[in-house]
Amino acid sequence: MTPQEIFDNLQAEFGDGIIDFTEKVDTWIRVSLEAIASVCHYLRNEPGHDFESLMCLSGVDYEDHLTVVYHLGSYAKKHKIALKVEVGRDEPKVPTVEAVWRVANWHEREAYDMFGIVFEGHSDLRRILCPDDWEGWPLRKDYKVQEYYRGIKVEV
Amino acid sequence: MGAIEGRFSDNVIITSLDYFINWARLSALWPMTFGLACCAIEMMATGASRYDWDRFGMIPRATPRQSDLMIVAGTVTLKMSSRVKKLYDQMAEPRYVIAMGCCATSGGPYWQHGYHVLKGVDRVIPVDVYVPGCPPRPESLLAGVMKLQEKIRHQTIAKVL
Amino acid sequence: MLLDYANVLIFMGIGTFFIVFNLTLGSLFRPNNPSPEKLSTYECGEEPVGPSWIQFNVRFYVVALDFIIFDVEVVLLYPWAVVAKQFGWYGFGAMMVFVGILLIGLAFAWKKGTLEWVRPKVEQFRDVIARPISQTAA
Repeated sequence: MTPQEIFDNLQAEFGDGIIDFTEKVDTWIRVSLEAIASVCHYLRNEPGHDFESLMCLSGVDYEDHLTVVYHLGSYAKKHKIALKVEVGRDEPKVPTVEAVWRVANWHEREAYDMFGIVFEGHSDLRRILCPDDWEGWPLRKDYKVQEYYRGIKVEV
Repeated sequence: MGAIEGRFSDNVIITSLDYFINWARLSALWPMTFGLACCAIEMMATGASRYDWDRFGMIPRATPRQSDLMIVAGTVTLKMSSRVKKLYDQMAEPRYVIAMGCCATSGGPYWQHGYHVLKGVDRVIPVDVYVPGCPPRPESLLAGVMKLQEKIRHQTIAKVL
Repeated sequence: MLLDYANVLIFMGIGTFFIVFNLTLGSLFRPNNPSPEKLSTYECGEEPVGPSWIQFNVRFYVVALDFIIFDVEVVLLYPWAVVAKQFGWYGFGAMMVFVGILLIGLAFAWKKGTLEWVRPKVEQFRDVIARPISQTAA
């Protein structure tokens, strides 16, 4: 299935939940915040799409907003697509897709750890790479590392 | 050191004992290999047949209780540093530390932007020998071990005035 | 003949002296600096969770016990095997009575399932395995 066909199917199903479609090396479809969970569910279960694999879920910091990027792949149908969800910087909340793909458990924990994006409905949202008492969201563009961690000087 | 250390000033018996004790200690340095990252591969190479640290008497022990040398091989993150400290505390004296590689010496290539890297393991434990390199070749690590043996050779149980 | 035992006494004496001498020498020369961190339980650098003494499965004990019993039986079979020809059928019968009693014990252990390493019921292990990581110290 070509990305254009996937986009057309999604538009037919979800209407204005799907925002737009950008043709690049890795074509991506922008999805609205409210629709993302049901879009993922549809893409996984609908025969013909069969995106049984969430290849990657990551956060991105574009200066004025944060984005969550989903790379979906299908071994059965041999196609892949990317989805993007934009969310504000102040209190970023995104519905979780853990119920659709269990692997999203760890990916969403990583996005939370690095960007502070809270995934609503996640069963165990806590830091995964940094220690539990770390301050700040490291991969944000405006991140300043803390001076001391448990008495140890962090910077050189 | 029990009853003998620091009680007698230098004489021929003490120096002979020193020679013997130091020889015993440096000839059987059992490392607690603390392979954390890429330096661990070079450390394994040092232990393998071509560079062989067994000819120095070094038998790797996995537990701090039975080892006298801790080779910190690799990047120490801040999350790991509390464990490094704890394991160093659990080693029995006499204990020595070799900081292997640039990461353990001073944070290595992560010195500038590594927000979670400990800039040198000597911020949490006392280090005896630093072995630079990224990663240091097995010959470098062996040179570091020999430098440590030099240091042990000059230790004394005599009374230090 | 009594004088031969003097050899054993000297042997034991030298052995004891050797051990005591070396341990004393070690205690004179080794450092002794206990501290609370040094004496803490080893758990690969983490804070120890739970007691160090854990309850292990009783099948280890059962296997060891079975082994000891049959090992002793074999040890007792050896001297009999050396002189078996001398005692003929009577000696054979007596030993078979002994082996027979132990075979009844083996049949009982077999029937009871003590020789099976893998037991069918594993429900009691679920609490130990599935403890969530958030309950351990950071």
